[in-house]
Amino acid sequence: MAKENAKKKMPVAKEEWASKLGVILAVSGSAVGLGNFLRFPGQAVSNGGGAFMIPYFCALLLLGIPIGWAEWTMGRYGGRKGLHSSPSILGAFGKGSVARYLGVIGILIPLAVSFYYTYIEAWCLGYFFHYLKGGIGIDAAAPVTEQTARAVEFYTVFTGREHNGVIAGGSIGTFVFWAVTFAINIWLVFRGITRGIEKFVNLAMPTMAVLAIIVLIRVLTLGTPDAANPEQSVVNGLGYLWNPNLSALTNPQTWLAAAGQIFFSLSVGFGVIINYASYMKKKSDVVLSGLTASATNELFEVGFGGLITITAAFIFLGTSNMIGAVQGGTFGLGFTTLPVVFSHMGGAGNTIGAIWFFMLFLAAITSSISMYQPTLAFLMEALGWTRKKATMLLVCFCLVGSFLVMYFSAGGIFWSTIDDWVGTFLIFILAMVQIIVFSWVFGVDKGLAEAHHGAHFKIPRFYRFIMKYVTPTYLLVVFGAFCWQNLPAWMGSVAEEPLRQGAMALIAGVTVALVIVTRIGEKRWRAAGLDIDGREPPKD
Amino acid sequence: MTTLGWSAMIGSLVFVWGLAGWCYYKILTVDHHKHD
Repeated sequence: MAKENAKKKMPVAKEEWASKLGVILAVSGSAVGLGNFLRFPGQAVSNGGGAFMIPYFCALLLLGIPIGWAEWTMGRYGGRKGLHSSPSILGAFGKGSVARYLGVIGILIPLAVSFYYTYIEAWCLGYFFHYLKGGIGIDAAAPVTEQTARAVEFYTVFTGREHNGVIAGGSIGTFVFWAVTFAINIWLVFRGITRGIEKFVNLAMPTMAVLAIIVLIRVLTLGTPDAANPEQSVVNGLGYLWNPNLSALTNPQTWLAAAGQIFFSLSVGFGVIINYASYMKKKSDVVLSGLTASATNELFEVGFGGLITITAAFIFLGTSNMIGAVQGGTFGLGFTTLPVVFSHMGGAGNTIGAIWFFMLFLAAITSSISMYQPTLAFLMEALGWTRKKATMLLVCFCLVGSFLVMYFSAGGIFWSTIDDWVGTFLIFILAMVQIIVFSWVFGVDKGLAEAHHGAHFKIPRFYRFIMKYVTPTYLLVVFGAFCWQNLPAWMGSVAEEPLRQGAMALIAGVTVALVIVTRIGEKRWRAAGLDIDGREPPKD
Repeated sequence: MTTLGWSAMIGSLVFVWGLAGWCYYKILTVDHHKHD
């Protein structure tokens, strides 16, 4: 009787995706972001060009897709038990408290990343706005070095990199763009899965594809715009990225870079898929949905990212300026190199620039809404709160986190520390937890049987071996190499730099808060008689 | 662009477009009522 009364007090999560396509587009939207258009081509050029695709597709088949299938399966399994957050689902799938508390990482990652991701998203909106108004002040007749200097100057001021306090430093416009961006995000998430997130991605994803096709067609039809430099052509631009350097295949760094690109691009181990999949119908196809979401991400990454940015930069800047463009990384290529490229496009440059930054904004917003939803679901589930009340607490968390990110803006040190430790390091940990829970704790055979409920095709039999042995080993090797390469320097820089210590303190504070909420939730779930330790199969 | 460059690019594009095309074809043509 007590259990029945407690059950009545539990919030009944009735939310479900209205269509199969909705959840696929939502997960794809979460995965498709700035990295697809900017990071991927830079990585490919730096790691063997066309030869990079061999380790890249190996990583897709052995790392990205299997972990994705595991996460989709666990999410839907949790949803069948009425659970929607990473801690509760991993606790049920992983049969106990250890997996449940490790599942807190699945809330920490999207929440902490959202602190700075929305800020970067606001840059895209701001650049879009400036291109609508006529560009960012690059003189089309000036030498490339002067144009690049102007683009860097605009970027530095707009993003507050020069000194702390993006608001106090004269970049109040950036704050306004952030406020608009944040409000859109919260409004979409508050409206719920079907009316907010699903409706938006159903519109945003096709729009993004159309905009990418427009930019792609423009770039591929540029021909040889400068008659004085006939070698700066579309074909040579494509060759700059795709001509393979086969000797790169013997370099372990190439394989590591390819695995890293796949891993971060697909958003596996991020805590989003597990939450989104929990709103699927009990017989929805997780095998096809997981594969389709990965395929969509690859389409944007290779099909668009692999053809647009480097080609455009090469045509207008030439080989001599490409090294700087590639070494500038994701943000250098996107916010300082491409504006120079747009200035060379004549009258159409500002229009193409506006389309480009609006497309990046859509890519970013479909990712950022997926970062708020897991925390919202977690607060509702663990505290038994209404969506409105949980949204208010989420907003409080985000205001504190994002204001700190925006205030301590000098050099991007504060947010890049969160990106290193949460957006990179912890993703490895969560992915490892997920694949071990799926293949070893729950059992790979039971896990695959669960995945096959409602599936239109079965996961090939050899994936049993891959998911149990190859993927965890591959992940462990990549993670080991990653730590060996980065951890000593990261730890050293935290010890020396107060801004980095502040970012670590923020991460620690958020972690403690989430653990406390999990503890409260654990007590409530037990009192309500929920099977949070996964002792029985779902009763639907 | 070398022959190997063309091969790498076209092979990669065929793979990603083919995979996405096949997935969406399956999504749009399967019997939804049978499974949902």
